[in-house]
Amino acid sequence: MTQLALSDVQAATFDEQVNDVFAPISDFITGIVFAAVPLDFIDEGVELPLIVVWLVVAGIFFTIYLKGFQFRAFGHAIQLIKGKYDDPEDAGEVTHFQALATAVSGTVGLGNIAGVAVAISLGGPGATFWMIIAGLVGMCTKGVECTLGVKYRRVYPDGRVSGGPMYYLSQGLKEKGKGTLGKVLAVLFCIFTLGGAVGGGNMFQANQAFAQAQSVTGGADGWLGFGAAGAVFGLVLAILVGAVIIGGIRSIARVTDKLVPFMAVFYVLACLAVLFSNFTEIPSALWEILRTAFSPEAGFGGVVGVLIQGFRRAAFSNEAGLGSAAIAHSAVKTNEPATEGHVAVLEPFVDTVVICTMTALAIVITGTWADEASAPGVETTSAAFETVAGWFPIVLAIAVILFAYSTMLAWSYYGLKASTYLFGESMVVDRTWKLIFCIFVVIGASSTLDAVIGFSDSMIFLMSLPNIIGLYILSRVVKRELFGYRERLADGALLPVAERGITPSPTGGSTAATTGVDGTTPNPPPSVEDR
Amino acid sequence: MSASIIVGLDGSEASGRAADAAADAARRHDLRLVLACVVPWSPYSFSTAEENERRTIDKEREAKSARERVLDPALARLSAAGDLQIDGVVRHGHPAETLVSLAREHDAAWITVGRIGQSRVRTLLFGSTPSSLIQLSPVPVLVVP
Repeated sequence: MTQLALSDVQAATFDEQVNDVFAPISDFITGIVFAAVPLDFIDEGVELPLIVVWLVVAGIFFTIYLKGFQFRAFGHAIQLIKGKYDDPEDAGEVTHFQALATAVSGTVGLGNIAGVAVAISLGGPGATFWMIIAGLVGMCTKGVECTLGVKYRRVYPDGRVSGGPMYYLSQGLKEKGKGTLGKVLAVLFCIFTLGGAVGGGNMFQANQAFAQAQSVTGGADGWLGFGAAGAVFGLVLAILVGAVIIGGIRSIARVTDKLVPFMAVFYVLACLAVLFSNFTEIPSALWEILRTAFSPEAGFGGVVGVLIQGFRRAAFSNEAGLGSAAIAHSAVKTNEPATEGHVAVLEPFVDTVVICTMTALAIVITGTWADEASAPGVETTSAAFETVAGWFPIVLAIAVILFAYSTMLAWSYYGLKASTYLFGESMVVDRTWKLIFCIFVVIGASSTLDAVIGFSDSMIFLMSLPNIIGLYILSRVVKRELFGYRERLADGALLPVAERGITPSPTGGSTAATTGVDGTTPNPPPSVEDR
Repeated sequence: MSASIIVGLDGSEASGRAADAAADAARRHDLRLVLACVVPWSPYSFSTAEENERRTIDKEREAKSARERVLDPALARLSAAGDLQIDGVVRHGHPAETLVSLAREHDAAWITVGRIGQSRVRTLLFGSTPSSLIQLSPVPVLVVP
């Protein structure tokens, strides 16, 4: 009996020990990254973190410089993901849809569920408004990144295709005569990506997945309430992650990849269920969001506080400006980098404008954000879900764990790309990185949220420093790509496959479709209806 | 006047018999034979970033294996007689839709396929190529048992 109690005490201290070691490191880095300008002339105690300004200014700059590209790109992006412009010859390669889906499953993670809850708990309902604005602006940054990601991607001798900021920083800047700067920025980007991958892409996900699993199993008194539960949960999660990334058991990844999109739809439906079960509250909730966004009672200082929360969590969730998505989008099969730039604008839209907003509305409508009972984070969202039915938080828990898992797999890949860029392509680098990644799953699940959030935010936001410097330097390249493409599109030089008027020639056949004397084809082109 | 007969091959015995039946008909009607092997693939499936990175290699590998395992043996067997004009095609896509677009491209008189593909479970879950082909095809479909 005493032995059991003793092991319990030891176990309890394990999570604390992890936290004790980790918290100071996290605090130190957070302090540097979130260096803020005190805005005492506006209001006492209001601070403006420079890093948030950095991201938002980039988004606004590109939105103006590219004349609201993200809004004009929308319609064509939808046509691209429908495959209207896909060359039939390219069947079997990565389509625009697949590139987008892969990137979205990497971004839709706990930032959408827990991050939003944090923003609203700290900044009030008005943070939702600023989050949406940040999402709309971020769409442009994302389009810029992904255009460059495809333009400067690398094709390995064995045929693999991979790209990302490290390549456009090193190659793109070299073309601009800034080779050395490019190399330095690329290396910095990779170092920060490693940090971001273990932070926001790993520990934050593991931490919040555990928090939700613990809360649906009965909280501190449930069967996940014991002292080392976080570590045990983390270990299981680490084994599942390791099975895929180290063990190469792709079937697990394939199953989650198929589940995540359904889960995302299901999550939105669940949020809608929360909204409709409180539909009489909808107008007042919307009014509350708008009113507190400009927060008349708290004065201008309050507005800045709310705005920062909204912007910060939006950036954390949709990753626009960080450069991570450029890695995921780069494998697409296209000859036009601008096409992926178009498609990529949909990513922050889905992530922030749709999914984050849904979470935010559910939290605001049910009022759980103001409730002291639940810690800011996934529990806030869970409490909002619980107002509909007692079993709803379990649905949320499943969604949370799946989102966390798929986000972790995506970030392990980003981290891998960064580490092979830094240390070269080798089995040792590959295995070392993946092992470190798995260890951090356990650390993340065992730490307190504050330590994890601080570290995750810092590292993820640091990625934006080298990346956005590169985007500014390469802004003219992007403009040329995007505007050139749109001009050709407007001129009719680029037509959807169905309107090109020639039948695609068979890939393996010896006889291509015969063309008639007048240049037309004797066979009618395959029409859309037949597909 | 139609020019060819399309045969959908998947490596099964039935698809082999379909090829034989098509070869017979091609001789009788003096038509070209197009042997088509379609690697099932959807532009809307979900994949990981790592799979995407390798996709070009994987596509080549899949096409090569389809060619070597399914197409080449059938081509060799049917062209042994030397009296037929035969083409082989490997494509990625939805099997029935791809056969239909091949039929259009090659101005086919009809499409011939085997009745049961390799896996009964897949047929049960996802329907079968012959049955969707019947719904989609602009030309007659001959299903060989």
